[in-house]
Amino acid sequence: MDDGRIGFRIGSSLLPLRLENVVFAAGERRIIDGVSFDVHAGLRCMIVGPNGAGKSVLLRLCHGLLRPTAGTIRWNAPESPGGPRHQAMVFQRPVMLRRSALANVIYALKVAKVLPEQRKQRALEALHKVGLQALAASPARVLSGGEQQRLALARIWALKPEVLFLDEPTANLDPGATHEIEKVIDAMHAGGTKIVMVTHNLGQARRLGDEILFLHRGRLIERTPAARFFRHPQSAEAARFLEGELPW
Amino acid sequence: MVISRRSIGGWVLALVTLPLCAQGRFITVASTTSTEQWGLFAYLLPIYEQEARVKVRVVALGTGQALDVARRGDADVVFVHARSAEEKFVAEGQGVKRYPVMYNDFVLIGPKSDPATIAGSKDIVAAMKKIEATHSPFVSRGDRSGTHMAELELWRASGIDLDKARGAWYRDTGQGMGPALNTAASMNAYILTDRGTWLAFKNRVDLKILVEGDKRLFNQYGVILVNPEKHPSVKKELGQQFIDWLVSPAGQKAIASYKVDAEQLFYPNASDSNA
Amino acid sequence: MNSVGAAAAQALQLIVGADPKLVAIVLLSLKVSLSAVVIACMVGLPLGATIAVGRFSGRNPVIVLLNALMGLPPVVVGLAVYLLLSRAGPLGGMGLLFTPTAMVIAQAILITPIIAALSRQVVEDAWVEYREQLRSLGETKFGAAMTLLWDVRYSLVTIVLAGFGRAAAEVGAVMIVGGNIDGVTRVMTTAIALETSKGDLPLALGLGLVLLAIVLALNATAYVVKETAQRRYG
Repeated sequence: MDDGRIGFRIGSSLLPLRLENVVFAAGERRIIDGVSFDVHAGLRCMIVGPNGAGKSVLLRLCHGLLRPTAGTIRWNAPESPGGPRHQAMVFQRPVMLRRSALANVIYALKVAKVLPEQRKQRALEALHKVGLQALAASPARVLSGGEQQRLALARIWALKPEVLFLDEPTANLDPGATHEIEKVIDAMHAGGTKIVMVTHNLGQARRLGDEILFLHRGRLIERTPAARFFRHPQSAEAARFLEGELPW
Repeated sequence: MVISRRSIGGWVLALVTLPLCAQGRFITVASTTSTEQWGLFAYLLPIYEQEARVKVRVVALGTGQALDVARRGDADVVFVHARSAEEKFVAEGQGVKRYPVMYNDFVLIGPKSDPATIAGSKDIVAAMKKIEATHSPFVSRGDRSGTHMAELELWRASGIDLDKARGAWYRDTGQGMGPALNTAASMNAYILTDRGTWLAFKNRVDLKILVEGDKRLFNQYGVILVNPEKHPSVKKELGQQFIDWLVSPAGQKAIASYKVDAEQLFYPNASDSNA
Repeated sequence: MNSVGAAAAQALQLIVGADPKLVAIVLLSLKVSLSAVVIACMVGLPLGATIAVGRFSGRNPVIVLLNALMGLPPVVVGLAVYLLLSRAGPLGGMGLLFTPTAMVIAQAILITPIIAALSRQVVEDAWVEYREQLRSLGETKFGAAMTLLWDVRYSLVTIVLAGFGRAAAEVGAVMIVGGNIDGVTRVMTTAIALETSKGDLPLALGLGLVLLAIVLALNATAYVVKETAQRRYG
């Protein structure tokens, strides 16, 4: 995997993750413009900001789907190239293979080099956790949007990742389905998985977030505990954003 | 699942191995399109195969091509009709010995309207001259087949230099006898063909025999074993055994007995050392 | 022109009569062309998928070449395989010339570029959709290629049928390397060529209609299977 991560393995934990002066440019335009922060285990991070702030790109840089133009992204103990991954990502639109729901989870376990005899059991457990056990044999692509997103979470839960990035996982879902997804995210957090999530939905950020990273025009403007962010944002931009004056 | 991934391997194996099954004893004979198309082999080979318990596989090509296939060692026996080319083949050391087998004759076919007015003539040379003089359409095989070689020989005998006389009237098709006949039928052209192919040919439209019976239309067939010293893969014994049968009284009798519409097509002449 | 009518009557008679010789020719045609398709798929599908997900220098020329090879003239392929398998050729010792195997080889060479080029396109389209997800899960390039191949299997059905159609309809190559030997290497197309040269146009056309009917039946079956499966699996 081309994720440009360099570092030394200290202990076995991926975290903390450290970004230093990370820049990502598309041609002349700097989509991410010198961002630095650390991510430690524990708190649920919500990345918010107006439309075009670079939230999704930042998430992809952290996850290794994009390489920074400049700066470093360093994990405490990087994953070995080609080896199983200990971090995962949920996309706005889940991509399911043309197989059964169960087979989709088993596929992810196979890629993660889980022993064949353990895969089915672990996959079934994961489906059970997200409430999809009854649909295990259904073709994944004919499930509803909410069911597919839960399946995406089950696929990841089965992998027991240390860090989970989520890129607006409920953007296309109705409130009922959104609630189901939030329950699963909470349960995974309770199980010890670090949550780093981009969301458009401020109510969701309030419900799920422990701390808020506010991004604007490719820069990290502020990082504040969630409770304080919504009452007393520290930056003028965040205040305007919360008042709905910045484009979403 | 309709196609299970696991079952694909089995299908693959089953399919790939199907056509590769063993074939038993056989020889390969390179012969002419005309012999195949007349149905001579369809008649002759079952008789021989039952006697000798050997399968004979015939690859039907023009005489020139058949000799070339043999030159590459891809046939055990050649059975063709162009004596000078056959003798050259033997002289090159590609073939062991040429045996005359049988003959039939060429006929000159043309449209019933007969623009060159040659119908009923027994003089092929005069007829060829008239065709050239009137620039009546003429279809040539143009493929170095035995028939093509015989046609060129007739032009030469008529004193016509084809390189100079050649024009729009002379259609060089580069095809086998049948396709050339189809072309002639659609263009109402004259064409030289062996009698057997003509008799078996069904798409005649307006064509009919105009000139026949001239000695110079004689069409001799010969058979040659490909030289095993040059091509070690040649099945020497089985090939020679087939040749021996063709020139034996039994083989000659079988050839004589083949008829299309009660008409005898081949005249065995293995005993004629001048043939 | 009543020869089309005669051909249709001839075709009907051939099919209804189930003449054992015709049945043998049809079976050989199917065996040869299906074997060629299987081999072409074993080579062409992984090749197409690998090029689809690969990023290497010379990728674009390779794609252009592959697309161009779809137009390989059968006679040229036949000639090349003939020279290869001829006793005087490099593989002459195997004695494969004028056998069904030689025909399978020629047809496989002819349709592998078709399978590879078309599957490259289909897999590449899917790769755009799946790339981030598969990379996120830690899938390797080769693993992704194979996964995508299986995922676009319904689209591949059409591609495989196109390959089969080309193989089954082809005459130039199998004539040269098979030799059209009665009972050994005579297939539908070479039988049609033979009847045409005999001037028996109704029989030739009749055989052509039989070939068409077989290809049609195969396509219809594949279509129904594909549509049913696609509706079930999305």
